[in-house]
Amino acid sequence: MKNLQTIVLANQEISPGYFRMRILAPGYKEIAKPGQFVMFRVRRSLPPLLRRPFGIFQIGLLPADCEGMPEKEFIELIYKVVGAGTEVMRELHEGDRIELLGPLGRGFEIDDEGGDKILVGGGIGLVPLYMLADSLADRSKTRLLIGGRSREDIITVTEFERLGVTSHVTTEDGSLGEEGLITRILERKLDKYPKAKVYSCGPMPMLRAVEMICSERNVPLQVSLEALMACGVGACLGCVVKGREHSEQNPEYLCTCRQGPVFHSHELDWERVEKNTEQEESS
Amino acid sequence: MSSNVATVNKPNLAVEFAGLKLKTPLMPASGTFGYGQEFAPYLDLNQLGAIVTKGLSLNPKAGNPTPRIAETVSGMLNAIGLQNVGVDAFISEKMPFLEQFDSPVIVNFFGNTQEEYGEVAARLNDVPGVAALEMNISCPNVKHGGIVFGTDPKAAFDVITTVRKRLTKPLIVKLTPNVTDIRITARAAEDAGADAISLINTITGMSVDVRTRKPRIANVIGGLSGPGIRPIAVRMTHQVVQTVKIPVIGIGGIMRAEDALEFLIVGAKAVQVGTANFVDPNAMQTILADLENFCIEQGIEDINDLIGSLQL
Repeated sequence: MKNLQTIVLANQEISPGYFRMRILAPGYKEIAKPGQFVMFRVRRSLPPLLRRPFGIFQIGLLPADCEGMPEKEFIELIYKVVGAGTEVMRELHEGDRIELLGPLGRGFEIDDEGGDKILVGGGIGLVPLYMLADSLADRSKTRLLIGGRSREDIITVTEFERLGVTSHVTTEDGSLGEEGLITRILERKLDKYPKAKVYSCGPMPMLRAVEMICSERNVPLQVSLEALMACGVGACLGCVVKGREHSEQNPEYLCTCRQGPVFHSHELDWERVEKNTEQEESS
Repeated sequence: MSSNVATVNKPNLAVEFAGLKLKTPLMPASGTFGYGQEFAPYLDLNQLGAIVTKGLSLNPKAGNPTPRIAETVSGMLNAIGLQNVGVDAFISEKMPFLEQFDSPVIVNFFGNTQEEYGEVAARLNDVPGVAALEMNISCPNVKHGGIVFGTDPKAAFDVITTVRKRLTKPLIVKLTPNVTDIRITARAAEDAGADAISLINTITGMSVDVRTRKPRIANVIGGLSGPGIRPIAVRMTHQVVQTVKIPVIGIGGIMRAEDALEFLIVGAKAVQVGTANFVDPNAMQTILADLENFCIEQGIEDINDLIGSLQL
């Protein structure tokens, strides 16, 4: 949990508008947990002023540059170009200097039981699910359900499959996988595996639908939330969501950056969470 | 005498004012540093001139709906709504952590009425670990149609007088820049017995998402901070230093040591760093190191020699 001045190792467009950035990140392998995030900043540059939060896609090791040197630890971020911050990021090249603050926040709570697991991702929301899939005990019983608007929005599915995860794809325009919403597949899978545990990340309307399906069936659900945040360390209070016990007299605001970004669905007041995040983020 | 770089002494960065002794002229701005604990993993709180807490009210405050923040060109808008744990929870839950550091603790506070201001001040006055209070007068006066205390010199004078009567600790009054002439409220604060003035609080602003046609923060209007407001803050600090006899703390868009120096040169005894803490939790330590290097480079042995050294 520190501010690291480091460099970009690679930054590639993997699908129209989606980029995958590999960053030198010594120390991350030891401590970063599935579902945690980093605050990213293009070093000493203005604008944009504020850092941007990104979920960690994966962590790995590259061979040393020459004998006697340590292996190179890296992390990978996957981002969609949506605004001023990501427009700057897409222009970065190997060797460019950046700053990373992290790993931050509370990741997924992982139990060692081998039962059925269902991961539900919407578009770019599948990013924090990869490390989770990698660390689940019984991958043959792990299913990835991934939905997007169109085939361009479905990324890295083959990498999940290489972990031994079964994947199911839906697109709204039917250009890849089944046509329709991913929540329909979730209902189908839960009919078949009613004891499964569900983990989800994606746009708020999808998360809300996933939450309703899971709560009706008493299925345990963890969700990873996105929020606008300035600091990432719990000081700005810009990224708060209302907890289940929230009231004006006894405010229970949870910081997405510190108490989250992963929450057990029962910790949140879903009516209000949904209302509060209606406004789409454009960073 | 020839200069000898190798044996140059560390410059003195300590400043003193209003009965406060600060190791350095740098402290965080209220609301950008939580209750200190959030930043402890990133920087040594003992290196700070003082620790300034998030603003406290008599009762816990829920704050505003989200979105609460929006980035702007060289700055950010916020309308957090003064979310805080309340004065009693602060004293029992947050103060013990802060007491372990030797940097003085300055507690920021506010109220909705004159009585509430007085009551919060009185409760904090009894807490041994609190070195001074910083009073936020940028709040609406609910008993008088919601006009912000700090924009009405008479209301400002009255509420500061009320607080002064219930306080023996040093009182810093933090001014709002959203006035026609800040010298008038500065004078009102001095006349009402403030020991020091800090300025500026955020400048009110607004931003609209052109696609949804909605304000970019739920509260519609927010406070602008960040490097974009610095020239306004330096100008106001200059004006207030020229107007009052009590010490002044400069605030507004300080990102680097040079920014802090601008405020000191126009006459601020100390400065507060705000938005920079969000961008880099280690910002104040970097600024401090660069401040020291600047003094060494310029042959300044004591930072106090720089304060108010503006050449006109």
